[in-house]
Amino acid sequence: MSDVIDRPMRDEDRTAQTRLKIIDCDIHPSLRSHNDLNEFLPKRWQQHLKEYGSHLRTPYIGTTPYPRSSPLIARRDAWPPTGGVPGSDLDFMRKQHLDPFDVEYGILQVLDLFIFSQQNLEFGAAIQRAINDWQLAFWAHRDVRLKASILVGQDDTALGIAEIDRCAKTGEYIQINVSPRANEPLGRRRYWPIYARAQELDLPLGIHVGGYGGHAPTGGGWPSYYCEEHQSNAHTVASQLTSLVLEGIPERFPRLKIVFIEGGFGWIPSAMWRMDQHFERFRSEVPHLKRKPSEYVKDHFWFTTQPIDEPDEAKHLRSLIEWVGIDRLLFSSDYPHWDYDDARYAFKTPLTEAERRKIFNSNARAVYKF
Amino acid sequence: MTRHIVARTSDIPAGGNKVFGIEGRDIVVFHVNGEFFALLNRCPHEGAPLEKAACVARLTSPEPGIYHRERIGEMLRCPWHGWEFDIRNGQSWFDPKRFRIRSYPVAVESGEDLQKGPYVAETFPVHVEDNYVIVEV
Repeated sequence: MSDVIDRPMRDEDRTAQTRLKIIDCDIHPSLRSHNDLNEFLPKRWQQHLKEYGSHLRTPYIGTTPYPRSSPLIARRDAWPPTGGVPGSDLDFMRKQHLDPFDVEYGILQVLDLFIFSQQNLEFGAAIQRAINDWQLAFWAHRDVRLKASILVGQDDTALGIAEIDRCAKTGEYIQINVSPRANEPLGRRRYWPIYARAQELDLPLGIHVGGYGGHAPTGGGWPSYYCEEHQSNAHTVASQLTSLVLEGIPERFPRLKIVFIEGGFGWIPSAMWRMDQHFERFRSEVPHLKRKPSEYVKDHFWFTTQPIDEPDEAKHLRSLIEWVGIDRLLFSSDYPHWDYDDARYAFKTPLTEAERRKIFNSNARAVYKF
Repeated sequence: MTRHIVARTSDIPAGGNKVFGIEGRDIVVFHVNGEFFALLNRCPHEGAPLEKAACVARLTSPEPGIYHRERIGEMLRCPWHGWEFDIRNGQSWFDPKRFRIRSYPVAVESGEDLQKGPYVAETFPVHVEDNYVIVEV
């Protein structure tokens, strides 16, 4: 069999004529340059950024631990014709992604300066304020479809809470983002105040893959290749799901909604089966859990779909979707990154109209209260 | 199959490409090492525009530390997920049995020969002194 997309492009594929509007839970805007932050950053920290740069646990300033597959991990066709880096030009983002795919809402996920992993915590706090302000000024206020998240470096919980409160007052942010690669597993007590505040404010907790927490990104140690590190996004998220569930976060914060972003979903069924099995055997060790781990997953957690799993047989993807539960899945594209999922072709298994509506729109609408 | 005169050979720079709308399909014509290749402008995986693909070499390695670059410029690397295809027949390098890009026969003919027809009428005049890229769709 040979899979070739060779039919003529339909008009509705070219333009915004698709009936189903999409909520895209993972869009990456970028700074044109650090200067974009100047208006939101006190002089002292502007100077710091110029003189010392951003201090992450990476080999050299401005590098990543693993050379990526493409410059700025971007699609080669996402460099704006006007210049600048992928994701930095709103008009081009509209033309290439928001308009043709009929994106009703796009949730911004900012990775610039990776504030979650800044080693200088005060600098991190200044940068997170600036980035959070920049999201509104440069994006959300210029296009009503784009929604900002409150980025919070969770390793200084007090500064994090202050930032959540500052942003939440505006009523414009739709979730609180923390990193899955922090100093400790996410279920640990030191992070609970953030979850308590998120619940109080009724804002979902978003956890986008990536970051430099200082630990090896796999349980087995440091990978050799980008290919291998990229694979570890799923392990990392799996370990954080385990930590959050087994430390009883859904039991302690029963109204908290947690969304894992860009970790895929193929690994979830096995994670649930295994946690349930262990829970049966060791429940006396974790008496704070009142229900089976899989029940917490199915009530409190959501997962974005990209990068979608691509089993050789389409029916296997279908089974995965059923095992995870169609209600748990939120479509995401990861625009403008290289491993972008195209809403038309990413799901290589048939979905009914009702199922498509859930994954591409109504699940996210319910989580984020659009 | 209809033969379409799509461009003068000089319209597509060496190492570059150009997209033509032919019978409702976007077809990209590459100019590589003096030859022309026509392929559907969409990756069979998720539909990425192949006009933005990188034209790379076939990279092989018989043993660690030794590698060979062959057929330089003749492998297309998709602009999104990096899948590689043979520009001559659209065959996927990673999974050749399942995936290929639809490719179309291309010829270069002189304006003089083209006067003989039959060809689909084009929107630009054909001159006897120029050479033209012909795509069969």
